[in-house]
Amino acid sequence: MKENNSSVKSLPFGEVRRGQYTISVFTEDQIGLLNRVSIIFTRRHINIESIAASESEVKGIHRYTIVISEDEELVKKVVKQLEKQVDVVGAFYHTNDELVFQEIALYKLPSTLIVSDGAVERIIRSHNARILAFEKEFTIIEKTGHKEETQLLFDELNPYGILEFVRSGRVAITKPMKQLKEYLKELEIASLNN
Amino acid sequence: MELTKIQEFDLNRTTMVTGSEAVVKCLVEEGVDIIFGYPGGAIMPVYDALYDYQNEVKHILTRHEQGAIHAAQGYARSSGRVGVCLATSGPGATNLITGIADAQIDSTPLVCITGQVHSHLLGTDAFQETDVVGISMPVTKWNCQVTKAEDIPAAIAKAFYVAQSGRPGPVLVDITKDAQFGEFEFEYEKCQQVRSYVAKPIINKDKLKEAAELINQAKKPLVVFGQGVILARAEEEFKTVIEKAGLPSAWTIMGSSALPTNHDLNVGMLGMHGNYAPNVLTNQCDVLIAVGMRFDDRVTGNLEKYAKQAKVVHFEIDPAEIDKNVNTDVAVLGDCKESLSLLLPLLKENNHANWLNEFYRLRDVELSKVINAETNPKSGELTMGEVMRRVNTHTEGKAIVVTDVGQHQMIACRYAEFQQSKSMITSGGLGTMGFCLPAAIGAKMGMPKKQVIAVVGDGGFQMTIQELGTIFQTKVEVKILLLNNQFLGMVRQWQDLFFDKRYSATEMVNPDFQTIAKGYGIASKQIKERELLNDAIKEMIEHKGSYLLEVMVGKENNVFPMVPTGCSVSDIRLE
Ligand SMILES: Cc1ncc(C[n+]2csc(CCOP(=O)(O)OP(=O)(O)O)c2C)c(N)n1
Repeated sequence: MKENNSSVKSLPFGEVRRGQYTISVFTEDQIGLLNRVSIIFTRRHINIESIAASESEVKGIHRYTIVISEDEELVKKVVKQLEKQVDVVGAFYHTNDELVFQEIALYKLPSTLIVSDGAVERIIRSHNARILAFEKEFTIIEKTGHKEETQLLFDELNPYGILEFVRSGRVAITKPMKQLKEYLKELEIASLNN
Repeated sequence: MELTKIQEFDLNRTTMVTGSEAVVKCLVEEGVDIIFGYPGGAIMPVYDALYDYQNEVKHILTRHEQGAIHAAQGYARSSGRVGVCLATSGPGATNLITGIADAQIDSTPLVCITGQVHSHLLGTDAFQETDVVGISMPVTKWNCQVTKAEDIPAAIAKAFYVAQSGRPGPVLVDITKDAQFGEFEFEYEKCQQVRSYVAKPIINKDKLKEAAELINQAKKPLVVFGQGVILARAEEEFKTVIEKAGLPSAWTIMGSSALPTNHDLNVGMLGMHGNYAPNVLTNQCDVLIAVGMRFDDRVTGNLEKYAKQAKVVHFEIDPAEIDKNVNTDVAVLGDCKESLSLLLPLLKENNHANWLNEFYRLRDVELSKVINAETNPKSGELTMGEVMRRVNTHTEGKAIVVTDVGQHQMIACRYAEFQQSKSMITSGGLGTMGFCLPAAIGAKMGMPKKQVIAVVGDGGFQMTIQELGTIFQTKVEVKILLLNNQFLGMVRQWQDLFFDKRYSATEMVNPDFQTIAKGYGIASKQIKERELLNDAIKEMIEHKGSYLLEVMVGKENNVFPMVPTGCSVSDIRLE
């Protein structure tokens, strides 16, 4: 659910605010849950821009970070339907200004390029990218940042011939969020009501 | 010496059982005494275990897995208990899917147990392997796969808890064959809580006060209620609330029978083929009070023109339903049995006599323009409405009516009269043809003392007609009222109204249903004449044992009133 202290207010009916939203879904560690989560998006014909999954700071609780671009009214409904799933502990959505987020990108280039062309080396330096591996045949460069940043590096390197490129899903941490442990405690109490 | 004795004693107490026997023991622990199913390779160990528990758990062998699950649905809806069904892997499991989807959308508590291939064969396209967990995921409230015998009790305990708590729904537990064969020490503990799942939101007292204020200030309040009232067993609380505040109340077809038909404040059925008054006055009320309903599009018509003038109060157990289709001014989350009891002392006594008279006035319009001709025609072909009127005469509103899907369903919902709750069992959200016959079998098994009448069309009857075999074998008493118009009537009606009468693939050339009934040993009669109708219905109802009454009704009658798709509820057409 959306926290109350967030900057995003509920909009009057009919008004739409389309934008990029990051949804964090916390779940029990169970087989098939990713499927259950993604079905909620498929059902409404929503394209997932990126998704990342990992364990959270609480053992046994996993988190998915999902990025979509939709109207806020729709995002709210999706989040409620995610939260409704029995094994979903909680679901939240945030706008980009409420988050600190990163993506990681890897670029594979022919090593000869780096050695022979000073321009390539300058590009890598100017983007604060780093070299992860340097082999005879190829070099792997890593850059973390927002999508625009990793894309910019891609665009600049591309004319020289990128052999392979990959970008991760967004991982994000919210600025105003309640601690997961506290949230879990509240949930334990609420889930006793039956 | 002492010590060994104690150890011996403990050894005697623990019981090593197979996974398959554990399945049955779990059912017994959950108080299940009847299940519906169909055997096959991957579930055979469980069937073998059932053989030893015939006194505890009665198994009803249907003629198709779809029959088993609809029967389980009928059972759940007439009795208010969890319906249980059992099927084998692959085709057995996929045959359940329609019923699971139906139960999901109509919030029916079901536990489905399916057999699955050996765990080492999972994912290999083994014989009768289907990813039933994957297939059923979008249509279950919860599901899981068990690959170890010792995990069975916890999975089944969670299944029963999830199915019946909060907003109920179907769950599925898929059990591999090796898990059924495995042995372990059986222990059972009922599930009381799932930490990630809030069955009932805690009621917010401030919201309740706001709701009461809106209701107290209302000059033209209208209550729209759904199955939530029945699922929460809140019929009494609901009636007390509306009587105190004098609130006209209209129902969705899933809420049908929660309030007696003849109650002064019962202003009829909502939606596409609902009553004139509540549809028209939805767009005139000043406060719309929704209780345990979800603003389905068949109820609201065009949302852009739905109750825009009204403040909306929504009593609802499922947070995901709030603001899903209609934006609310005040949402009271929680179980409506509790929230309505808490609301009662906050309400002022009122009667809204003038406003209520508006409903009565429009009811008279509908009577003269639609209802009289439908339920009491003096000449011409038999109508479905007059059949239902005669049914009412003989059941006095005490029977359970189970319907299929189509014109007869809408007529049954509109005209069947009820005194008791849980008396209308119909496929609301999914509109599943073929639901009626097996659901009626299950409904009768859930409430054996009640008269159960299956109102079915000639199309839907043939979708699950094989369940006549279940009636034959179990001798369950179901009265089948076949309203035969020799058409897929509801689709033909749409072709008539919206497709220039181009009757594409809707005419039915039917078999002789009388001969079929005879083959199954079911007493039957076919009638075409008005003079015979009353006696025929009386005979059907008084008959001991199952009975098929086939009434030949007008071939091209249409159901009115009607809110055409895309129109506002207040643009409801009377002809
Ligand atoms: C499984 C399924 N298939 C198709 C439909 C679409 N459908 C809705 S009503 C209807 C006609 C039903 O005809 P019949 O059973 O004869 O009842 P009638 O409308 O004539 O009373 C059809 C085909 C459906 N609801 N369910």
